[in-house]
Amino acid sequence: MTQNVLSAFKGKVSASNYKNWIGVAPFFLFAILFIFLPSIRLFVDSFKDNNGHFTFANILQLFSEPYILNAYALSIKISAVTALGGAILGFLLAYSVTVGNLPKPMRSILITFSGVASNFAGVPLAFAFVSTLGRTGFITILFKDVFGLDIYQSGFNLYGFAGLSLVYMYFQFPLMVLIMAPALDGLKKEWREASENLGASAMQYWIYIALPVLLPSILGATILLFGNAFGAYATAYALTGGRIGIVTIQVGAQIRGDVLHNPGLGYAMAMGMVFIMAISLAGYSWLQAKTERWLK
Amino acid sequence: MNLSARLRNIPFWSWIWFILGALYFVLPLYATLDFSLRMERGVVGFKAYQSSFEDPEFLRTFGYSALIAVVTILASALLTIPTAYWIRLKLPQARRIVEFITLMPFVVPAIILVFGLIRIYSAPLTIPFTDIVLMPALTTFKFGTNILVVAGYMVLGLPYMYRSVDTGMRTVGVHTLTEAAQSLGANWYVIITQVILPNLRSALLSGALLTFAIVIGEVVLASFLGVPAFGPYLFLLGQHRAFEPAALSFTTFLMTWAAMGIIQLVTGGQGQASGAH
Repeated sequence: MTQNVLSAFKGKVSASNYKNWIGVAPFFLFAILFIFLPSIRLFVDSFKDNNGHFTFANILQLFSEPYILNAYALSIKISAVTALGGAILGFLLAYSVTVGNLPKPMRSILITFSGVASNFAGVPLAFAFVSTLGRTGFITILFKDVFGLDIYQSGFNLYGFAGLSLVYMYFQFPLMVLIMAPALDGLKKEWREASENLGASAMQYWIYIALPVLLPSILGATILLFGNAFGAYATAYALTGGRIGIVTIQVGAQIRGDVLHNPGLGYAMAMGMVFIMAISLAGYSWLQAKTERWLK
Repeated sequence: MNLSARLRNIPFWSWIWFILGALYFVLPLYATLDFSLRMERGVVGFKAYQSSFEDPEFLRTFGYSALIAVVTILASALLTIPTAYWIRLKLPQARRIVEFITLMPFVVPAIILVFGLIRIYSAPLTIPFTDIVLMPALTTFKFGTNILVVAGYMVLGLPYMYRSVDTGMRTVGVHTLTEAAQSLGANWYVIITQVILPNLRSALLSGALLTFAIVIGEVVLASFLGVPAFGPYLFLLGQHRAFEPAALSFTTFLMTWAAMGIIQLVTGGQGQASGAH
């Protein structure tokens, strides 16, 4: 009898559960049609040769084709440099308006500007930097007139690695500010007071208490910045006209016309990007979960 | 307090970092503004702005992007509000997977998304292993391409739209609101239109403005799907003009600033960032 009631109860729960999932069906249908089907198709096609037969050749070729290896290397390099640079500058800025004792209004100014700058990307951002650091840009001319220094003569080029890194930094460090400001708010006053009462110096407080607590959040944010730069296409394309060989630009060239002369290799190159982005997102979420232990 | 003590109280390094950051923010914008005002030799004026706004191609592409942005926002609201509401009310066990899905644009960036969309929808969509056509090839006709563009933008805006809506629902306590409305005898239509939606106004507005900021200047989906949008227009303009692109870039910046400023006002300082780079 009890058994019957129990099983009937179970049946009822799972039936109503089943019905409840219908409420989210449109969302899942949308996700399948416009996120998963396209991604899965690229994934499947990266294991096909030109005749549609299964092969590992494309994946293996990713690691032997210099054109592709260079693209990944350049993308990883530029993402790592701008993630580190953005993380450092962003952290210092977030520090200055949170625990750094700057007047209150500075904080809201910085946060608003960070919201704008992290969304100000792509073509307009590239053009803004051309006006600033291009051959006739504002700062280029300023250096020439004031210091007699031609930055292009001394090796700077806005349309190369250094220039693109500076442009990427414009949306990188504001993102760091937006992530770190709340984290720095989470540092409790009591921790600082307690450490001071026990005779710790400011340096000791930062090294032994604040930084260890903040570390997962700093690392996580840096990884997020890495992914942010790694997937960027429009800014680099608008700035260099597609002449810088980062992996997004090469994927774009492959979409426009089969520059690799092997569609499967193009899909494999795209999947390699997804793989790297997935790892960075996973790293970020893992570290984010660690952060929440101390900073709520 | 003597002078040296007062000097010590000034957070010297904090100011240094702040000023450094402020210069990084402001210099490119100042340079763009300065450049855009110098179209006529020796005169500072708005000639470049006048000339770009009068270009019929500008009006056409900007109008198209604005329209697509509005459609994207409406469609996205229609998709995320019921989903988030349903999950809060009836299906909390779906939260994790839905949140995971909304983060997909961080794994599948725009360039890969458009690659996949073209790959799938440049041929008719059939039921696997049969010839039964579910959907014609969307990239082959205008309306179909527009559907793809809107869907792609919905995907790119999903993290911000969903998070805005879901956070909004949590802060106003939709569960309690719904129960209160029900116990007062309201039906579902009244609950949603008179109780839930009005309470979500600021959340919806911030999601909508972020989506707008993403869509209005977006280049990747627009150029690979070949639609007459503002982003590709601005890019092409930059290839053969000097002053007008600067003027339009500065205008875009002002619009982004306006959007973020409004979000700041309505949400009380919860800054957010998007990712249409």
